[in-house]
This record gives sequence, structure tokens and C-alpha cells, in this order.
Amino acid sequence: MMEAVIIGVGLHPFGRFPGKPAMEMGTEAVRMALADAGVTWPQIQGGYVGSYEVANPDAIVGGLGLTGVPLRGVFNGCATAGTAVALAARAIETGEHDLTIAIGMDKHPRGAFAADPSVAGIPSWYGQTGLFLTTHFFGMKINRYMHDHGISHETLARVASKNFGNAAGNDKAWRRTPLSVEEILASPVLNYPLRQYMYCGPDEGAAALVLCRADQAHKYTSTPVRVRATALRSRRLGAFEVQSPSFPVGEPTPSPTVDASRAAYESAGIGPEDVDVAQLQDTDAGSEIIHMAENGLCKDGDQERLIAEGATEIGGRLPVNSDGGLLGNGEPIGASGLRQIHEIVLQLRGTAGSRQIPGTPRVGYTHLYGAPGVSAVTILST
Amino acid sequence: MTTQKPVTEGLFTTEPRLIGSECTACGEVAFPATAFCVRCGGDASKERLLADRGTLWTFTTQNFRPPSPPYDGPESFEPYSVGYVELPGELLVEARLTEPDPAKLAIGQDIRLTLVPYRVDDDGTEVLTFAFAPVEEEV
Ligand SMILES: [Zn+2]
Repeated sequence: MMEAVIIGVGLHPFGRFPGKPAMEMGTEAVRMALADAGVTWPQIQGGYVGSYEVANPDAIVGGLGLTGVPLRGVFNGCATAGTAVALAARAIETGEHDLTIAIGMDKHPRGAFAADPSVAGIPSWYGQTGLFLTTHFFGMKINRYMHDHGISHETLARVASKNFGNAAGNDKAWRRTPLSVEEILASPVLNYPLRQYMYCGPDEGAAALVLCRADQAHKYTSTPVRVRATALRSRRLGAFEVQSPSFPVGEPTPSPTVDASRAAYESAGIGPEDVDVAQLQDTDAGSEIIHMAENGLCKDGDQERLIAEGATEIGGRLPVNSDGGLLGNGEPIGASGLRQIHEIVLQLRGTAGSRQIPGTPRVGYTHLYGAPGVSAVTILST
Repeated sequence: MTTQKPVTEGLFTTEPRLIGSECTACGEVAFPATAFCVRCGGDASKERLLADRGTLWTFTTQNFRPPSPPYDGPESFEPYSVGYVELPGELLVEARLTEPDPAKLAIGQDIRLTLVPYRVDDDGTEVLTFAFAPVEEEV
């Protein structure tokens, strides 16, 4: 099977861009990725475009060139971008195409997502009575986790402070004002134990990746980034997941993150001990803490010490969310996972500027998690 | 005289008890009641009234008014709590909690089912939903 490598990345800044359509942001991200790869749009043989808000994301060809290229729209909740890159890589691995593109873009309105529960297969009373909020799940999951594994409120605040601090050094991030642990702990509780500055917000942005066959990469770049594994899993019976009116008793089944992570490590032949830099879904500060363990990067409960020691900071043993993560960048759903991969590519190329992690990172890891219990993992290496 | 109605039919009895279902093939308990079984894929079930006592498995608070729709509670918002309650041998069910103060809630505490009016219609009818209340320590 042919290996896929990333030869070009493009990232439209994340934030709020009044009057600028998602399609325009996506087009700019594609142009950046093409320029980075040194290829032109007509050379692209196929691609996958992810979006929540754009009804026909594949209509992006209108701003790029009507070449007849097969572009497929994809949507998989917060794992949309992971799905787009997995499929773009798969098209190369199976020999369908030599040069593909993964594109993500979104433009979410202000405030929390307000959806009709029926579109998620959930009865209307669940929404009417105030249970249909994804933020409840994150509050309840970390509350239980803190109880079971001795994680403190201060550690939640440290994670948020780290990510806003990292975003401050990222000119494409949305929330670039550093916040201290004390400021974060003084912000209002939204869903106990999570406070205002411990949550990410929906926003706007776009990203794109150009991929090609590994044996042709030399034509375009001297620093290809190998796609070592992509894995996606949905929830299994007994897992504690977002938007579940009930779930079975007994020891909870591992989350789809655990399943996707194990599958990705196995497929890559790479273990968690080999990971030099990671991007984990930090919908809230608690999620980053839990996801460290669910992705095999530490044991349950070790986060309290690791985070106090600064292990996940840019200069630490295992930097997590060096570009500010979702807390610093917000979450345009279709683009979010491609933004994660963009950051890993810069880190592995050694071109992340003031955010560059020390040493020579060789293995990068990205992870997405979202409703209704779906997780995508990508393992990349030099 | 105040009249009351449930937020929807088939969710709970006036006793009150939650109306769940039990797969006739494998015995899997579900709430809300459903004919389809997430364990064995079966499509036949019988009604099962769930236990009205359990323990609090986890909880959080809701400190801002949820988006409407779908939320149809009163405009004048009062924070509430939600949690998962473990009904032993049956399932964990997500529900509102009657106690809004997280300092008065604890994982593992005993809890019992009750019904609460979560909004009042223009004609004065109270709309009821299910909630769990901490069990007062018996003296
Ligand atoms: Zn069954």
C-alpha cells in the first residue's frame, strides 16, 4: 500500500470575520496550501471538504477552478476534519489518486450551538427541559474524573492558562490574551466545575492540506510529513458519551477516543512513548486532561503532577496544544482538526517560530472528539 | 386550582416512576422506553417501571439559560443542576436535580425520584418533568 504524505498546509486565521463567507476563507486556505506545496489547483486529483454550516462545501471549486475534480463533502461532528484527512490519505494509499486535498471551513454564529434534538435522534423533552447541552457532558465527565483520580480545580485552570498563553504567540489564533490561573479561577462557573475561561467557543476559520504519494514527495518538498495512521471510532455500548439520556450500569466501556487511539498506534507501529508533540481536543480544560490519558499519553491521575511540573507546556516533556488548542483558537468544526495537523506539520518541519518546541520532534499526534460519541486520531511523523 | 401536565406522555407515571423498557430477547433495560435494543439489535420490548431510588454518579450545574429552542423553560432563569443517577441493576439516567448548589451535592449520595414543574403555561398549567432529590438523612 502506498503511503500518503503531507506536502502543503494552509490556515486561514480562526476568529470572527464579519461579512466574510466561509467559502472565501476556505478558498484562501486552499491557495495557501497549494502555494506551500508548490502545486496548482488543476493538478489536484480529488479531495474531501468538511463543514457544518456550509450546505455544499464542495462548491468551493467555484473559487478555485472548475476542473471537474471529484470533491466529496464530509461531516462527522467534531471529527469532521479527521474524517476529511483520513479519506484524502486513503485515496492515495489505495492508489486512486496521486495528489489530493483535505479542506475544512466553518462560520458559526455567536453563542452555544442550538440544535433540534431530533436531528441527533433524541426526544424533544430532552431539549425542552434543559438537558440537551453538550457542555453538561463535559462538566459531568470531568467532575466524575476529578473525584476518581484526584484532579484539582487549579489543574483545570492551569490547562486553560497554558492554552491561552500558547495562543498569545500564535497570530492565527482567536483568543490571544494571556490569562493567569487566578483570573481563570475567578471567572463565573458555567457548568460546575467548569468556568467561563475553561471552555472553547464556536467561531470561524478554514484550513487545508495537500497530500501526495510518498514516492513522489521529492518533486515538491524536502520536508514531507508522513501520515502514519488515521483512525476513527464511534461509541460502543456502555461508554459515557455526550447527549445520552441514559447508559448501562457497570464499569463504563472505554470512550471512542481510547478505541481510535489504540487502533492508530497499532496501525502506525508507534507507541505513546514515541509521541513528541500532541494536539488534543480541548473543548474545555477538563477534556484536555482526560484526553491525555484516553490517548495513552499518561496514566489516569498522573495529569495532576505532570501539569504542575509543566510537562505539557511548549518547553515540557510532552507539549500539548502548542498553538493554543481549541481554547485559544475556538472551534470552526469543519476546520478544527486540520488546524491541529497544520500545527503538527509546522512543529515537525521546525518552522513554528516562537512556538517551536525544543529538540527535533519526529512524531506528532492529533485527536478529535465530539457528539454523538465519535473520535478521530491522526499520527504523523517526519 | 392549579392544573398540571407532564412534558410528554410515556416518560413517567404520577407515582412517580420512570417508564423504561426491557428487551424481550436479552433483557437490556432502556430509558426512555424503546422497542429497539442497543445491545442485541432486537426490536421487541416490554414496559418496565424503573427504580425510584439510586445514587448520584456525577453532576454539573446549569448556570446560564440554555438556547431556546429547544429549551422552553421560563424567561426568568434560575440555575439548576443535572446529573446521572445510577439505578442499581438497571441503568444510569440523566436528569435534573432539585438541589442547584454543587456544594450540597456529592458523588455517591442517595437520591430519589420526584416530579417538578419546570415551567408554567399562559393558562396557569404547570408542566412537569422528572428530577432527582437528595434523600434527607433520616434521624
Ligand atoms: Zn436486546
